[in-house]
Amino acid sequence: MSIMILTILMSMMSACSQESGSATIVAGSTSVQPYAEVLAEEYMILNSNSEIDIQGGGSSAGITAAQTQSADIGMSSRALKDEEKSLWSIEIARDGLVLIVNPKNPLENLALDQIRNIYTGIITDWSQVGGSTANIHLIAREEGSGTRSAFTELVMGEAEITPKAIVQDSNGSVMQLVAGDPNAIGFISLGLVNDEVKALHLDGIEATAENIMNDSYKLSRPFLFVTKGEPTGLTKSFIDFTLSLEGQELLSKEGLIPSREGKGN
Amino acid sequence: MKKFKENFSERVFLLLALSALSVLALITVFIFTKGIPLIAKVGVVNFIFGMKWSPSQGSYGIFPMIVGTISVTLGAAIIGIPIAICCSIFLAEFAPATLRNIFRPAIQLLAGIPSVVYGFWGVLFIVPMIRNYLGGPGLSILAGSIILAIMILPTIISITEVTILALPRHYKDGALALGLTHWQTIRHLLLPAAKSGIVAAIILGLGRAVGETMAVIMVVGNAVALPETILDPVRTMTTNIGIEMGYASGEHQQALFATGIVLFIIIMIMNATAQYITRKK
Repeated sequence: MSIMILTILMSMMSACSQESGSATIVAGSTSVQPYAEVLAEEYMILNSNSEIDIQGGGSSAGITAAQTQSADIGMSSRALKDEEKSLWSIEIARDGLVLIVNPKNPLENLALDQIRNIYTGIITDWSQVGGSTANIHLIAREEGSGTRSAFTELVMGEAEITPKAIVQDSNGSVMQLVAGDPNAIGFISLGLVNDEVKALHLDGIEATAENIMNDSYKLSRPFLFVTKGEPTGLTKSFIDFTLSLEGQELLSKEGLIPSREGKGN
Repeated sequence: MKKFKENFSERVFLLLALSALSVLALITVFIFTKGIPLIAKVGVVNFIFGMKWSPSQGSYGIFPMIVGTISVTLGAAIIGIPIAICCSIFLAEFAPATLRNIFRPAIQLLAGIPSVVYGFWGVLFIVPMIRNYLGGPGLSILAGSIILAIMILPTIISITEVTILALPRHYKDGALALGLTHWQTIRHLLLPAAKSGIVAAIILGLGRAVGETMAVIMVVGNAVALPETILDPVRTMTTNIGIEMGYASGEHQQALFATGIVLFIIIMIMNATAQYITRKK
């Protein structure tokens, strides 16, 4: 439904834009959306006569929108699937995925297979991983979310997240729950972690930008801009800005890890 | 000329009335055409009684959600109905006019609070209370039941009160004249006489509980497993649609429409029953 609405909206907007000739529509992953908004805002200050519209909808919707050209740029927070590889894509930044617990939880570190066993439901008590004796309250994201599919791909492998896990539909509500529940565990984007929750180390390695860039921290995913064919005109100029030193600095200030494609490295 | 005006306005009203009806028809057709292909593919039995919901792997079973809807609604009924019935008896029979003038608008106000506000209050108040005093993650059947019980109060109270007040005056006069006490009159005369209206009120209230989405998403936890206790998180059919529609595409989206069909049929049956009961008498 939302995709339909999105498509209709976007086709309406692109119809308008064709008349004025200077709006680029960027749609897709809600994980990428807030960062794209920051970029667009800055870009529009620098180029006052051009317009960038940022819309949500989810990674899959964004990729579809790029394919059907109802958006100029699709945002994705997952790698492209094989059938989507025909699109032109570029990594604009990387995002870390962190496991978060309540600050009252004494645990500091989990191994990858411990996390997997917690999320498959094999480990159900904190004492089994070196914490205090209490039931683990599992929190996951909903089916179809980019964060969930990144987590499934990076952590779960072939295993499945237990259906007993609580499901929330945004990074924010996962964080709010973990902040209020001493026995909860959840996963969110690194850029969004604040003082109310504690980010766990993975195999003894802290989730920091450096550790993600040098590949020692394993849980990271690409943020992609996807277009149909080589970008041109305003679309190209916006993507170039995103990859420029300035754009990359903006993104890292917001908590993302700069792209290897960017001019920052 | 006068005749023409009459005719003309009649036509306009008819047209507008039809537009409301056609919207209903459009929505119904849309939901069914979107959802039926998936039900046909998976099979009605597998869809309704399937235990596993995992759209990314092509499993579409909504049984845990049907159980979720039933358990949350039942909980709301157990908590909400006694309060609502007692409240409406009090308003119709006992309350002095001044008190009634405070109660009635207050209850109507309860119906006017947006559901997201109920949900927000539930997350910040009910959920931590359950977590701290009863254990579990707090997001649970119980939390959903409490919120829904409050949300269905206005519906049940107002319809029940109206039903009691609409009973013929001489029923009560006769009973009192025969020497029955006020409570005996209510218990043995008014309540039985108002039975069909009360049952209809309850069914309409529960229909609201089955269909409520936003407040429920926020407090029930949305886990797709069969609950073992009332402190376990569940997912209802409405929250399944609400929580996953943002990212769903293709078959997954069809499956959400199919969930909507099941929900649609349940609500239709409930409303039809309520109408049948009120008309029968």
